[in-house]
This record gives sequence, C-alpha cells and structure tokens, in this order.
Amino acid sequence: MKSQFIERVLSCAALALTIGVTAAGVTAPAAASDITGAGATFPYPLYSKWAEAYKAKTGVGLNYQSIGSGGGIKQIIAKTVDFGASDAPLESAELDKNGLVQFPTVMGGVVPVYNLPGIKPGALRLTGPLLADIYLGKVAKWNAAPIAALNKDLKLPDQDITVVARSDGSGTTFIFTNYLSKVSAEWKEKAGNNTSVKWPAGVSGKGNEGVAAYVQRLPGSIGYVEYAYALQNKMSYVQLQNKDGSFVAPNDKSFRAAASNAQWEKSPGFYLLLTEQAGKESWPITGATFILMHKKQDKPENAAIALKFFEWAYDGGDQLALDLDYIPMPDNVVKLVKSEWKKIQDANGKPVY
Amino acid sequence: MRGFRPLFFSKAMPPTDAVAIERRFEPRAQADYNEAPNLPTRQPWMDAFFKNLTRFFAFFVFSILAAILISLLFHSQLTLSKFRFDFLSNAEWNPVTEEFGALVPIYGTLVSSAIAMIIGIPVSFGIALFLTELSPTWLKRPLGTAIEMLAAIPSIIYGMWGLFVFAPLFAEYVQPALIKTLGAVPIVSPLFKGPAMGIGMLTAGIILAIMVIPFITAVMRDVFDLVPPLLKESAYALGSTTWEVVWRVVLPYTKIGVVGGVMLGLGRALGETMAVTFVIGNSHRLSASLLAPGNSIASSLANEFTEAVGDLHSSALIELGLILFLITTIVLALSKLLLLQLAKREGKKT
Repeated sequence: MKSQFIERVLSCAALALTIGVTAAGVTAPAAASDITGAGATFPYPLYSKWAEAYKAKTGVGLNYQSIGSGGGIKQIIAKTVDFGASDAPLESAELDKNGLVQFPTVMGGVVPVYNLPGIKPGALRLTGPLLADIYLGKVAKWNAAPIAALNKDLKLPDQDITVVARSDGSGTTFIFTNYLSKVSAEWKEKAGNNTSVKWPAGVSGKGNEGVAAYVQRLPGSIGYVEYAYALQNKMSYVQLQNKDGSFVAPNDKSFRAAASNAQWEKSPGFYLLLTEQAGKESWPITGATFILMHKKQDKPENAAIALKFFEWAYDGGDQLALDLDYIPMPDNVVKLVKSEWKKIQDANGKPVY
Repeated sequence: MRGFRPLFFSKAMPPTDAVAIERRFEPRAQADYNEAPNLPTRQPWMDAFFKNLTRFFAFFVFSILAAILISLLFHSQLTLSKFRFDFLSNAEWNPVTEEFGALVPIYGTLVSSAIAMIIGIPVSFGIALFLTELSPTWLKRPLGTAIEMLAAIPSIIYGMWGLFVFAPLFAEYVQPALIKTLGAVPIVSPLFKGPAMGIGMLTAGIILAIMVIPFITAVMRDVFDLVPPLLKESAYALGSTTWEVVWRVVLPYTKIGVVGGVMLGLGRALGETMAVTFVIGNSHRLSASLLAPGNSIASSLANEFTEAVGDLHSSALIELGLILFLITTIVLALSKLLLLQLAKREGKKT
C-alpha cells in the first residue's frame, strides 16, 4: 500500500512541476510592456515608490532590480534592460565608447556621523582636510590639536578615534572618497576615489545600516552614511566647512544649494560630482544618482516608455522624493536633461522622445 | 537535523527502516496482486527508465560541479594570468589602483574557521556525550530538539545577534580581560593586542563556533546512538568507566560519522557569509591580533561583488570564489585521507 502512496505523491509532484514550468513560460512575456531597469541601490526606495505611483496612474509598471551600480552598468551595456542606474557618473569618453547617454535623477548627501559621549549632536565642527586626516589615521585622538582648534567651546575627550567605513562597494563611498580626494592631496594619493577603496584605518560595516550600527556601538567612532539614513536614525552629524569657508549642517537646503551652484551646462554628459561646490550654503558632500540609456535604440518604443516615466518623475515626483529625504533636481537641470534626451534615437536617427 | 545526513552516513539509517525499505521493494507474491487487483503489472521499460533517470540525476550533479569550476576558471582568467601565484601571497587589496591579492581573506577564512573548530568540536562532543550517555531520559528529547533548532536559525540572525548583543558584551567584559591576561604572556601576546572593539577575527570565530555546534552535535549524537548496546554493556561489565566506554568503544565505533560531522561543520564555517560579515570588521589589513578586524573570502564576495565595476576587480573576486572552492575541496580530501589512515590502523592497536 505504501508504494501506491509514493507513486501518487510522485505523479502529483511531476504534475505540479509541469504546471509550474508552463505557467512561468506564459507569464514571462506579459511583463514585456513594463519598463526594465537595473543598478544602483541608493535610489531604489524612491524608484520603487515612483513606480508604484506611476503604475496607479498609467498602468505601466517598472521592474527595477537594485543589483548595484556596477551590475547596472554591465546590464545596460549588455542591453538586457531599458535603462541602467549608477551612483557614480561615467566619464564622457566611457559613455561615447559604449554609446550611452547619462542623466541625473535625484540627489542625496553623505553625512559624517559620530558617537562621542558628552558632545551634542550637530555640535562638532570639522574641515575637509581634517576629515581626510582622520580617515588616514593621522589624527587619531578626539582631543588632538586640529580638532580642538575648531571646537573651542566643546570639551573633547582624550579618546581614540575609531574610523568606520563602508565595506561594500557603494555610491555613498564613491561620493565620500571623491570629496576627500578633492580636499586632500594625500588622500588622493594614498586611497583615491572609487566605489570601494583600500581604507588606511579603522573598521568597515556592510551597508548604511552596518556603518550606523558600528558608530552607535563604538564610543569615539566616526563614520559616514546617507543623509536619509542619518536623519531617520537620529544620528549625530558633523558640521563641515564648505568651499566658501562657512560651516554648514546637512539638510535639504544645503544639498539644493550645492546642486544649483553646480555648472551642469558646462559638464558634457552630466559628468559632474557635486562635492565641494561653491556657495555659502552648499553642503560639500553632495552627489546625484544617474540613469544610463543607449543612444541608438533597438527598441525605440521601450525607450520612449522609459523616458515618459522619467518625465513624469521630474514633473510630478518631487514630493515623493522629498518624503523619502531625497533631493529633487533643480528646474534648470531638468530642462538640460530633457534636451539631452534628443540624443536617444531609433535606427533612423529620429529622436524617440 | 535528523534529516540532514551526508551520503556517507547511509550506515546511520536505523536498521528497522532499512528492513522496511527492503521489504517495500521485494517482488510481490501473486497473492498480493490478488489482494489489490487495481495495481498495474510491472513493465520492464519502467525499470530501465527509472535506472536511467536516477543515473541522469547523479551525473547531472557532477556536471553542475564541473560547470561551476569551469566558469570560475573562465571568469577569473584576467587575474589568473596577471597576478599568477602572487595573488595568493599578496596582502594588498586596492580597487583604486587595481592591485589585488588574496592573502588577507584567505588568512581570515582559515583563522576564523580554525577558532570555530577549536571551540566547537570539544563543546559538541561534550553535548553529544551528555545526550547519549549521561542525560536522564526525560531530558534527552527537549535538549536534542533545542540544539536542532539552533541549526535552523538563519545565519543573518546570528550575525545581527553577534553585532548587537554579543560584541558589546564581549568588548566590555571579555576582551579587556584577554588583553590584560593573555596579552601579557610572551608567545601569544601578539594575538591579543589592540583596542577592545568587540568585533574582529575572534568574535567571528566564536559566532561561527556557535553556528557549527548544532551541526556537529546532531551528527555526533546520531552516530553515538548507533553503537550497539551490547558493545557498551560488555565494556561496562568489564568495569569500564563512562569515559573509558566513550573513548575506547563509542568513538572507535563511530569515528567515520564523527569525522563527517566535524567536516560538515568545517564546511559551513569556511563558507559562512552573512554572520561573518557582520562581526569580522571587513578590513583588508593583515594583523596578527585576533582582536583586530579582518576579512574572509565569503564576506569579501558579499561586500564587493555588486559594485565591482572594473573587470579586474570582478575577476579578482571570482578568483577568490575559486580559492574558496579549492579550500573546501582540499578539506574534504584531507578528511577522506584521515579516514583511510584510520582504517589502515584498525585492529593493530588494542
């Protein structure tokens, strides 16, 4: 009797398998009308929020896979997606080589955060070169002379500084190390600027949450996280001295100031990093996240659908972005982006949009 | 965990089960068919079909293994040809200058797993011993279940627990004591230097130990249970102590299973990713101190693979994967060798 039972179970399993395979075959083409994209993790929460709202409005869905900027670049070059997304912009030579167009969607800021018992959140002041020296391990005590000179009103403890960095490759690290490279020649030479670098000192945590956990755990530590993350977790952020010499706190106003002072029109392919921008109110570690699309479109109708989505996002998605602590692009930049879209063409050289 | 049994434990199947299975596949007597007239008569092609199907699956597994090895080799070509054997001995890992070496992650993987084994094996042995020989009967089942449930906890939970609960306590109470005591002993002092951060190689090793203990314990307990009571009781009758029975009778009888359990645990420790990433500190710096942050192969992969933009970077990461693959293969081979050695000596020593 037992064998009969086993046979029945087996045949049921086989049947289920067949149905499963057939079902997968049937549903796959149905997703073809959706927009497909892959890449950066930093804008993922916003893109999915936008996609939700856009789907409710138009019925067109967005299938975005946050596989990381590196993966996004690979996927768009391989043409498996309608658009790729990257936190680090590609240089224009790189864009031309692969026949790609690039445009920024939203901005965010990177914020140094610290854990110093007895020091109020937001009270600590640092300059760019000093931050670089801390990350190089050259300034290793909280009461070291350079820090004390900037913070005469604070009682700094005689404590070792534990430097916390991101262990995973990330756009946040790219923006942060870009800033350090701009303000410190020594940093540029010893560590450099990339999505992951060889950190000269300290420990590394995985993701914003990993860095935040280490900073909250280790007294005397300093780390860097995305602004939204620092805000939502009420972390103590640093005031940084910007290019114009004034100390600014990270908030949407100071990020916007950095973006509007940037010279987008003079940057071919929108290759522009918003770090260390001029302006009295500019937060020095600001960065945008980017979309990559092919200039020559094999499937122009897909590209048009994707561009329509981004047009809607620029025009009607600002509030959603602000709700999630992202900073929308200023209007003058959006205008430039839309004229850049003319470069996306079908096989006959006609703009798809 | 009773279901989790590698192939070489087929011996561990309870004898009653085996008999039942044999009986199930015995040819039916004519009387059976009369009892159940609806059963189809046996077709000769079904046997052939079933045999080929099972053979196909067996070879399929083997071909997947080969395919993994080939694709790892293929995608790591770039670094294989550029760095050659320097890759193994170079401690530099710099994505900016594109100089890659695997020494730090290899060292971290081996050391954290070694710590896990040094702690895990004796503890597991003790637990298994207690459960099979010493524990009152009413306690056996709840204790055994509790240990099996430990094995079912996802590794990320261990990682989070390690970072948020274990590391702070470890940094506050244990590490300062270690630095003060062992840090002052001449030979081992370099191993216990540095600030007490709570995270680092030692923490990773301890978390790994906690993770592998249920695996090793479950296997050890299962094989200890298989020792025929006759053997044990004979030894007891000759006046052996419990320890002598375990050391002279139970362990020799179950050594294949015990080594298998240890290897299962070691395999898990070598490849563990998320839990280690949380607590190892993820720093590509070589440090003698066990309290300093380090990195393991699996956690480097988890950290860097998504954003590895350069071809050389991703190639280096894939080569790391290849190295992990080889390390586990070597470990498995060594365990087989060990068993062969043990089998050779069998019967020579009393």
